[in-house]
Amino acid sequence: MSNAPLLEMRNIKKDFFGNQVLEDINLTLRAGEVLGLCGENGAGKSTLMKILFGMDVIRETGGYGGDILLDGEKVDFATPFEALAAGIGMVHQEFSLIPGFTATENILLNREPTKHSVLSEIFGERLDTLNHKEMDVRSAAAIEKMGVHIDADMTINSMPVGHKQFTEIARELSKEQLKLLILDEPTAVLTEKEAEALLDSIRGMSARGIAVIFITHRLHEILSVCSKVIVMRDGRVVQDCPAAETSVEEITRNMVGRNVETGGAQREVRDVSGFRTAMSIRKLWVDMPGETVRCVDLDVKEGEILGIGGLAGQGKLGIPNGIMGLYEAGGSVTFDGQEIPLGSPRRCLDASLAFVSEDRRGVGLLLDESLEWNVSFPAMQIQNKFLKKYLGGLVKWRDEKEIYAVTKKYIDELAIKCTSSKQKAKELSGGNQQKICLAKAFALEPKFLFVSEPTRGIDVGAKALVLESLRKFNRDSGVTVVMISSELEELRSICDRIAIVSGGRIAGILPATASSEELGMLMVSKVV
Amino acid sequence: MRENLAERNTLSGRVRAAANAFGLPRLIIAGFLLLMFIVAPFVGNDFWTQISNVINRFSWNAILVLAMVPMIHSGCGLNFGLPLGIISGLLGATLSIECGFTGTLSFFAAILIATPISVVLGAGYGWLLNKIKGGEMMIATYVGFSSVSFMCMMWLLLPYHSPTMVWGFAGKGLRTTISLEGFYDKALAGFWQIKIGTLEIPTGTLLFFALMAFLMWAFLHTKTGTAMTAVGSNPTFAKAAGVNVDRMRLLSVILSTWLGALGILVYEQGFGFIQLYNAPFYMALPAVSAILIGGASVNKASIANVLIGTFLFQGMVTMTPTVMNSVIHMDMSEVIRVVVSQGMILYALTRKTEGGGR
Repeated sequence: MSNAPLLEMRNIKKDFFGNQVLEDINLTLRAGEVLGLCGENGAGKSTLMKILFGMDVIRETGGYGGDILLDGEKVDFATPFEALAAGIGMVHQEFSLIPGFTATENILLNREPTKHSVLSEIFGERLDTLNHKEMDVRSAAAIEKMGVHIDADMTINSMPVGHKQFTEIARELSKEQLKLLILDEPTAVLTEKEAEALLDSIRGMSARGIAVIFITHRLHEILSVCSKVIVMRDGRVVQDCPAAETSVEEITRNMVGRNVETGGAQREVRDVSGFRTAMSIRKLWVDMPGETVRCVDLDVKEGEILGIGGLAGQGKLGIPNGIMGLYEAGGSVTFDGQEIPLGSPRRCLDASLAFVSEDRRGVGLLLDESLEWNVSFPAMQIQNKFLKKYLGGLVKWRDEKEIYAVTKKYIDELAIKCTSSKQKAKELSGGNQQKICLAKAFALEPKFLFVSEPTRGIDVGAKALVLESLRKFNRDSGVTVVMISSELEELRSICDRIAIVSGGRIAGILPATASSEELGMLMVSKVV
Repeated sequence: MRENLAERNTLSGRVRAAANAFGLPRLIIAGFLLLMFIVAPFVGNDFWTQISNVINRFSWNAILVLAMVPMIHSGCGLNFGLPLGIISGLLGATLSIECGFTGTLSFFAAILIATPISVVLGAGYGWLLNKIKGGEMMIATYVGFSSVSFMCMMWLLLPYHSPTMVWGFAGKGLRTTISLEGFYDKALAGFWQIKIGTLEIPTGTLLFFALMAFLMWAFLHTKTGTAMTAVGSNPTFAKAAGVNVDRMRLLSVILSTWLGALGILVYEQGFGFIQLYNAPFYMALPAVSAILIGGASVNKASIANVLIGTFLFQGMVTMTPTVMNSVIHMDMSEVIRVVVSQGMILYALTRKTEGGGR
C-alpha cells in the first residue's frame, strides 16, 4: 500500500466534560507534505494533536471516536511512546527540556549511544557509560538537519527561549524513524528572524520526505511554507485547500467566521509629552532567570498606553515581574510621588498597581478553582471587596452573590467561553484563560496596570478582543497601561509610545507611529 | 464522544457516572459497612447496640478528623503531625486535673489550658513546615513521632502530684492510663443524652462537633479562609495577589494543632480515660485515612468529607470486630483495620496531583 497517505484521520470526535470539542474531523497527509493547521483558541487544534499523539489526557477524559490510519493501517496509540515508536514526533507549546543539561544531552536523552565497560559486562547494559563523542556527532547531525545553528554545549537554562525551541525540534529530528513532525505553535516565542530560520528548516524537512503539521497563529508563515491549509472553527474543519489557493484574509475570515481587519489598524496615537508622570523607575535591576534587567530608567505618563517591546531574553518581562515583587529586584520606583518598596506584591497592589502575568498557568490562575474565585480573589484580599461584614467587621464573609455578579459581568464583557461561572479555570482554553486573567486585574480597578504578553498563544479573534478591552479600560477609566509584548505590530496598534528593551536596558522610546525598521534597529542595539 | 452521551441516558451509564463521582474505594467500604449492618442481627448482635457504638465512636473521633482540614486547605498536606496537637490536649487534661478542677468544669479548664500550649507548639511546627515546603508530610510524620517519644520522658519527669494520676508506689510520674471518673468522663456525652432501649446517642458530643464543624465551614467562607484555600491551590497566585503565604500556612498549622488538642479531649470524655505515653502514636493514621475515605485528596477537603469519612471509617472499625468474631470466631478486625487505613493513605498519596493539565 505504498500509495496510501502517510496519515489519515477519519471522523475524529471528542468531548470534554460533555463539551463537544471535535466533530467529524477528516484530514489526509502525504509524506513530505507540510500541513498548516489554524483556528482560534479552543477550536480544537491542540486536542486533535493530542489524540494523534496518544496523550494520557485523552484517555482519562473518555477517549475519542473515529479512526487514525498511519501508512494505511489503523492505529490507536495508548501512550505517546507508541506514537514515537511509529515515527511521530511532537514539539509542544510548553517546553519539555531538562534545564541543567546541555542541548546535546537533551537532544539524545534516553537514546544516548553507549560504551560497554567492565561493570556493564557484569551488571548488564544499565551500567554502560555514555559515548560523548558519538553523542556530539549525532546532535551535530540533528542540528545540521534542522539548518539553524545552536550551541550544542550550552545548558538549557542559559539559552534564550528561541534556542530552547530549536533544541526541542533537533531532538525530534535526531530520531531516525521520524516520519511526521507536529509543531504546536513553535514560532510563538521566536523573534522574526528565528521564525524565518525555522520556516527554512521546515522546508528542509519536507524535502527530506518528513511530513510536518504546523500549528500557528501567524498566518503568513503558513502561506509561505505549507502546501496545504486546514482551518478549524468550533471543532469542525471549515476550510481544507492547497495553500496556493488561499490568502490571509480568507483564512482569517474562516477562523473567526466574520471579517476581521488584519494588520495594525491605524488609529489615534496621542502625544503624551505634556502628561504628568505617573511612575518613574530609576536604576531598576531584576534577577529574573532568562530575562535579566540590568539598569532601567523609565518614566510612565499618566493615562497613556506604553508598550515595552524587545527580543526574547533581553529583559522586557523582568520589568513588571521585578516591580510587582515576584523576582528579586533593586533600584527605586516611585508611583504618584510615593516610593514603592520592591519585593512586596502586597504594597504594590495597595498602591493600586495591578499585574497580568505572562505565566497564566503558574502565576495567573487558580487552575483548580472556579472562575468566580479567580476573578474576585485579589480584589477581595486587597480591597475587601465582595465581602459582607458581621460583628463590626470582625467576620468578613464571602459575598457569593456579588462575586457571581462581577464574574458574570466580565464573562459577558470579554466574551469568555465557559459553561458557567462555577467552571474550573483549568477546563478553559488558553485564550479564555487569558481573559480571566484580565478580568481579575480589571476587578481590582487599578490606577496602573502592567500587562505582560497578553496575546501570547491567542488567536486573531480573541487577540482583537483583548487589545480592544485594554484600550477601552485605558480610555474609559483613565488607567495607565504598560503592555509588554514581543509582537511589534500589536504594540503599534494600541500603544501611544513604545519603549524597546535591549540587553536589560531601555534602548529608546519612540512614538507608536515610528516605523518597524526604527524599532527593529533599537531592538538589536544593545544585545548582550 | 457520542457513545459517551448515549451512555449517560442508560441506567447502567448513570450508575457508573454516580459511582465515579462517589469514588470506588468509598463505594467498596460503604458496601462493606452496609453488609455488616445487615449481617449483624443474624449472627446474634443487637442492631441498636451496634448503631449506638458506631455513633459513639463517630462522636469521639470526628474532631480529630476535622483537624486535618485546615492544613489540607493551605497546601501543607495531611497532618501526620497530629500527635503534637494531641500532646497539647494531654497536657491540658493532666494540668487541669493537677490544678484540682473536677466534673464538667475540668473539661473546659483542660481546653483553656491546652489552647495556649497548642498555639505555641503549632507555631513552632508551622515555622518548621514553612522551611521545608514540598516535603511537609514526611517532616510532619517525624515531628509526630519525635514529639511522642520526647513526651514519654516528660510524663515521667514532670512534677505531677495529683494522686489520681501518678504511680501509686513511687508517688511521681504519670500512669499510662488515667480514669476520668469524677472529672470530665462523659462531660459532653451526658448532656441531653438520648436513651431508647439499647440505642444511646451522645447528643452533647455531637452538638459540640457540629459547632466546631460549623465554625470551620464558616471560617473557610471568610476572607482569611478563602486566602488559605488559594494558598493551597496555587501559592504563586496567592503571593502575586498580595497574600502572605507563610503566614497563612502557619495559621493553618496552628488551627490543625489546636483542633487536635480539642479532639483528644473530646475523645477522652467519651472514652473515659486519658491515655499517655505511646498512645498518641496511633491517633494520626486513623484520622488521616478517615478523611481520605471521606473523599478528600491531599489538597482538597470539605466538611462533608469529614462527616462521611469518619462515619465510614469508625463504622467499619466498630462493626468488624463484633460481626467478624460472631461469624468466624477469630479476631480479624485489627488486620482489616490496618489494611484499610494504611491502604487508603497509600491510595490517596498515589493520586496526589499538582496543578494538572487541561
